Amino acid sequence: MSSTPESLAAVDVLPPRRSSSGSMRAVGPLPDPPLLHLLLPKWLTARSRTMQGEKGRGARFAILGITGFFFWALVFGVLYRLLKYFRGVEEIGALLAGKLLGLILLGFTSILLLSNVITSLSSFFLAKDLDMLVAAPVDWFRLYGAKLLETVVASSWMVFLVSIPMFAAYGIAYEGGWTFPFLVVALMVPMFVIPAVVGSAITLLLVNIFPAHRTRDILSVIAVLTAGGIVLLFRLIRPERLARPEGFRSLMDFISVLRTPTSPFLPSEWVQRSTMGFLNARPEWLSVYLLWTTAAALIVLGALLHRWLYLTGFSKAQESAQRATTGGGTMARLGRAMLAPFGVLRRELVMKELRLFFRDTTQWSQLILLAVLVVVYVFNIKYLPLRGEGITFFLVNVVPFLNLVLAGFVLASIAARFIFPGVSLEGRTLWLLRSSPMEVRDLLWAKYWVGTLPLLVLALAIVGVTDYLLQVSDFMFFVSVGSITLLTFALSGLAMGFGTLFPQFETENAAQIPTSFGGLLYMMASVVVIGGVVVLEARPVYSYLSARAFGAPADPTGMVLWFSLAALLCIAATIIPIRVALSRLEAVER
Amino acid sequence: MIEISKLTKRYGDFTAVDDIDLVVPRGELFGFLGPNGAGKTTTLRMIAGILKPTSGTIKVAGVDVAKDPITAKSKLGFIPDRPFIYEKLTGAEFLRFVAGLYDQEGAEVEHRGRELLALFDLEEWRDELVESYSHGMRQKLIISSAFVHRPEVIVVDEPMVGLDPKAARILKDLFREYTRRGHTIIFSTHTLEVAESLCDRLAIIVNGRISAYGTMAELRRDLQGGERDLEEIFLRLTGENAARNLVDVLDA
Repeated sequence: MSSTPESLAAVDVLPPRRSSSGSMRAVGPLPDPPLLHLLLPKWLTARSRTMQGEKGRGARFAILGITGFFFWALVFGVLYRLLKYFRGVEEIGALLAGKLLGLILLGFTSILLLSNVITSLSSFFLAKDLDMLVAAPVDWFRLYGAKLLETVVASSWMVFLVSIPMFAAYGIAYEGGWTFPFLVVALMVPMFVIPAVVGSAITLLLVNIFPAHRTRDILSVIAVLTAGGIVLLFRLIRPERLARPEGFRSLMDFISVLRTPTSPFLPSEWVQRSTMGFLNARPEWLSVYLLWTTAAALIVLGALLHRWLYLTGFSKAQESAQRATTGGGTMARLGRAMLAPFGVLRRELVMKELRLFFRDTTQWSQLILLAVLVVVYVFNIKYLPLRGEGITFFLVNVVPFLNLVLAGFVLASIAARFIFPGVSLEGRTLWLLRSSPMEVRDLLWAKYWVGTLPLLVLALAIVGVTDYLLQVSDFMFFVSVGSITLLTFALSGLAMGFGTLFPQFETENAAQIPTSFGGLLYMMASVVVIGGVVVLEARPVYSYLSARAFGAPADPTGMVLWFSLAALLCIAATIIPIRVALSRLEAVER
Repeated sequence: MIEISKLTKRYGDFTAVDDIDLVVPRGELFGFLGPNGAGKTTTLRMIAGILKPTSGTIKVAGVDVAKDPITAKSKLGFIPDRPFIYEKLTGAEFLRFVAGLYDQEGAEVEHRGRELLALFDLEEWRDELVESYSHGMRQKLIISSAFVHRPEVIVVDEPMVGLDPKAARILKDLFREYTRRGHTIIFSTHTLEVAESLCDRLAIIVNGRISAYGTMAELRRDLQGGERDLEEIFLRLTGENAARNLVDVLDA
């Protein structure tokens, strides 16, 4: 063997040698990687992901492209019609269009701020590449710039995509001309940068106060509470009343409300003023100036804060999560006793599912948002104008039937968020489940019922309460309760099936999993099943309501047939996906 | 106890494991060596029933893993090289969960779990969430989980990674004592001293094929190259030009 230290030294393989004074010999200027070099791995990863010739990639892009196109077309179409209408309204048309833009941009700013706070926690403190970057001779300002850019892109792309058809509608409806897109770019760049700088500064301060892992928990609760609060507040003020002119004493009052800036010190207002000024041939360059100078000043302040606090915060973020002794002995005993009839294996699988869910703040905190959405939903039903003259028995009983569709969509979204990611989240621990003497069936059984039972309770509560508020007939009550029960089983089965067919084993964030291609397919399949059930039940429901309202004869055999077909569709949508999931999971090799 | 016959695993055009035959009898501590990417982990994961072989058979305690996976797995414990476990369970809950997967519960399992955690100095941490454990502590917890249901065969991929010297010593003693009691352990390692001092027999796998197989004495005799220790045998089988390459690399 020739690899002894002596033999290596003899052939001079250990440069650089120490000089006589004992210090290292100068080996040239210090390394100074440019900012874009730090982002190179992200770029290369994204590129190789796009270039990967995996199976079904073409179909995936096609479906995403078509869905995206329809979404854009929908946003553009609705806005364009509205703006055309506004343009035709004397005096207040332009004010209304500006107010609408201001409100949308204010919404964007809130979303961007929340999103940036959460994203910067990952990009600045928890990302896997940080150990390497912080240990490398990278200048602090470069690191700040690279991570800020990464944060901007990661948290703003969705708002960016939505804003394209929106500005297109404004530009075309108000004939903005070919220079309008340039103005929009000039306005939106600082509009994206400002929330990113502010968001990352907030996170930097939070991480210096709390440990990073605790900060993530706190942030997820704050984010959800804020989002829920905004939705609830917006709904409770009943904005539809503002559209009724009789709510205002005079036109002048109405105009003065419209003229009041929504938020004079926020970038959203500056973007709105510049945009509407440009479109109404009264350019407003002060707002553009304000946007850019504010962005530049904030970057400088953010960088200084970063220089001052980042290393301390990063160091704190490296500390493992605090020791967190769990109580819950009584609950665990109760759970074990209740699940005893299912045997040891299924009991332990269910207990594991429940523990993982309730101990993960990022998971259960979304239940708050869910509760808010349900309240808003019931609130909407309560204020439907279904009393008074001209409201027929027919209409009152059709609404709960259509209510099924909306409730179905709500349940499908919840299943997408909580049941769809179930199998994906086992990715890293699949070695344990696959090497143990456990039938895959048992794992799916536990996941299915842990997800489905709460969903069923929610479904029955939504439909039961709304049916009560609408005072529907007994027949419609049984139809809606029966249908929603079967639909819940079907939607859960589909979520389980698609979640297993299109797993995201490498994604640790459960909230990201439903946004995958599989999640999109699941939602499409859910729409088909919900639509199918409603179409199949429409005939017997119509026949019953006609019999009740007009005394027309009802055909009991036909009604049984159509209801049976609807039930059959639900049963098939429950069983087939679960069977597919079973064979798919049995074949997974990890 | 473990019988492998004509085992092959292919990923597309790449053959990770190529026609391996291997028998590890009851009560033996068997070491599986080889360079990175040689096929060790793939073989061990096939024995554990995680990966499906392209061809060939594996029997654990006389049960064919492909034909009756549940029975075969009930006799087996697996320790992976990367300690990924449920972050939001406590150590005690994790052990209880693993025992549950093998349909075991009750006072005896609780006692065993407590003893295993105490053995690896984790007793104080038993009611803490796994997310607060260090890498080594997670590895110790996974090792404990493989012993908690008293399997007949334990398959271990890189057991010493992340362990402190005390835990490594405990693990070696545990392996020895467990096999002395009639159980079987097969493990892969890069720590040749551990393999040499601990294993009854060894196999060296290179490019998916077993290139040497037997006791240390048998390996020395069969190779007839005058090598004294396992490191020299290993380097000879896996490419002795490594040292020369090192010089070239550092000179470059």
